[in-house]
Amino acid sequence: MARSVTTARKTANTIVAGALGLLMFFPVLWIIILSFKTEGDAIKAPLEILFNTGWTTESYGTVQARSNYFKHFSNSLIISLGSTFLGILIAVPAAWAMAFVPAKRTKDVLMWMLSTKMLPPVGVLVPIYLIFRDLGLLDTRTGLVFVLMMINLPIIVWMLYTYFREIPGEILEAARMDGASLREEVIYVLLPMAIPGMASTVLLNIILAWNEAFWTLNLTAAKAAPLTAFIASYSSPEGLFYAKLSAASVMAIAPILIMGWFSQKQLVRGLTFGAVK
Amino acid sequence: MISPAVVLLLGWMLVPLSLTIYFSFLRYNLITPGANPFVGWENYYWFLTDPSFKAAMANTFMLVGGVLLITVAGGILFALLLDQPMWGQGIVRIMAIAPFFVMPTVSGLVWKNMFMNPVNGIFGHIAYGLGVQPIDFFSQIPLLSIILIVSWQWLPFATLILLTALQSLDQEQLEAAEMDGAGSMSRFIYIMLPHLARAITVVILIQTIFLLSIFAEILVTTNGGPGVSTTNLTYLIYVSSLLQFDVGIGSAGGVIAIILANIVAFFLMRMIGKNLDA
Repeated sequence: MARSVTTARKTANTIVAGALGLLMFFPVLWIIILSFKTEGDAIKAPLEILFNTGWTTESYGTVQARSNYFKHFSNSLIISLGSTFLGILIAVPAAWAMAFVPAKRTKDVLMWMLSTKMLPPVGVLVPIYLIFRDLGLLDTRTGLVFVLMMINLPIIVWMLYTYFREIPGEILEAARMDGASLREEVIYVLLPMAIPGMASTVLLNIILAWNEAFWTLNLTAAKAAPLTAFIASYSSPEGLFYAKLSAASVMAIAPILIMGWFSQKQLVRGLTFGAVK
Repeated sequence: MISPAVVLLLGWMLVPLSLTIYFSFLRYNLITPGANPFVGWENYYWFLTDPSFKAAMANTFMLVGGVLLITVAGGILFALLLDQPMWGQGIVRIMAIAPFFVMPTVSGLVWKNMFMNPVNGIFGHIAYGLGVQPIDFFSQIPLLSIILIVSWQWLPFATLILLTALQSLDQEQLEAAEMDGAGSMSRFIYIMLPHLARAITVVILIQTIFLLSIFAEILVTTNGGPGVSTTNLTYLIYVSSLLQFDVGIGSAGGVIAIILANIVAFFLMRMIGKNLDA
């Protein structure tokens, strides 16, 4: 039986929750507003900005003209997509084996993989930095694709494993009986069924890679810097910069914000390793 | 089939890890090239007796503890609220979780400039409007300012997980308790809180792992200052390794960071392991 709730109570809930939600969202909303103001207007008092200033898109143009914004945007795109798809490529066979032909040690291997995610990055900062320097990988997109692929690999394997396990093994067996080779079985039977799960895995890992801000800050300079590192350059700006910082930030977070809203459920699954159901 | 992933992860873990341990016993500075002699525990001695280490440990605990306090308490309240019947719940939820998807450098800089700047920030304007002295966040309460910024980023995570846990609560149990005359407070304390206990523990453990490594927010706002008042362990190691080029001492710090994170990871892995069986 559904509990009956008075309209008054529901209204009160809506108002309180709505206000709190808006409060959490306000910083994002605010930079969207500031990004459409002139630099001079962007530092005025909030009420004046809202009701007493004009709108302009000039900051978006300035950001691109002054700092080649789209170079950094495409760096972010290449690094996050590259690391995610490379990770999927390596994780699919591992997750397949763990889900459908589990051995006695499967659980231990999975646990160990997850535990590598808990290694603090700063603990291996020095060796990675030196290895990258010696291999000429500092400030290259290749280097970052590799690092971000490695730090997200445990999450990718884990998520794919949980999705694969939801697929009944009998269907794969039937395909095998009908004479499908292993490769055919994976490509034509398993992957089509796993597409929703794989899509969520891809989505969450693009988000994580896009926002990663330890390795991207420490291993890049001007050339391969993705947006995380580019935005950081606004910590020592010249002159007025609120509108420019807002425009640069809005473009940097918009794609991820939209993807993030679609992947709320995967977030819980992917980041808690099944410890919360 | 598992092997490519295992080999890669094993290499990724073992090679740098052994190098960190190896470097931590060498006198190895990138500005003074030449032989890197074995010096035993000397780096650990210097790292641990450096006054900034003590400060960094205190800051790390304050940062992690402060953020956990705010996000867990706030997350429980928020999740309880979002679990109530209301209109437009989806929209409220979308707004509430947005901060989690904002990249750390953006949230650090936006809070620092658009909100906490004493002259041009919103808080400064509000203080001016009220006729009180504005707070200069990053010189008067630097660590608290960072705690607030990081809490804003992580509150959505806690809320989302606790809400997921709350929604798996058996509604009939709550109704039965209500019919037996249990008030909303005792329903919360005796039914909801025990049900949430596990999720709360998971939130605490996972967040601790990530919060121990807070870096970008500090880099773009305070650079660890003023003095060392916002330097956490991660930032201190970064300073020794990449700013002072002292590979030996930086590595010794790295080993200590790994040990610290492993203590937390141990408990987290036990909880994950239990659930994998089920």
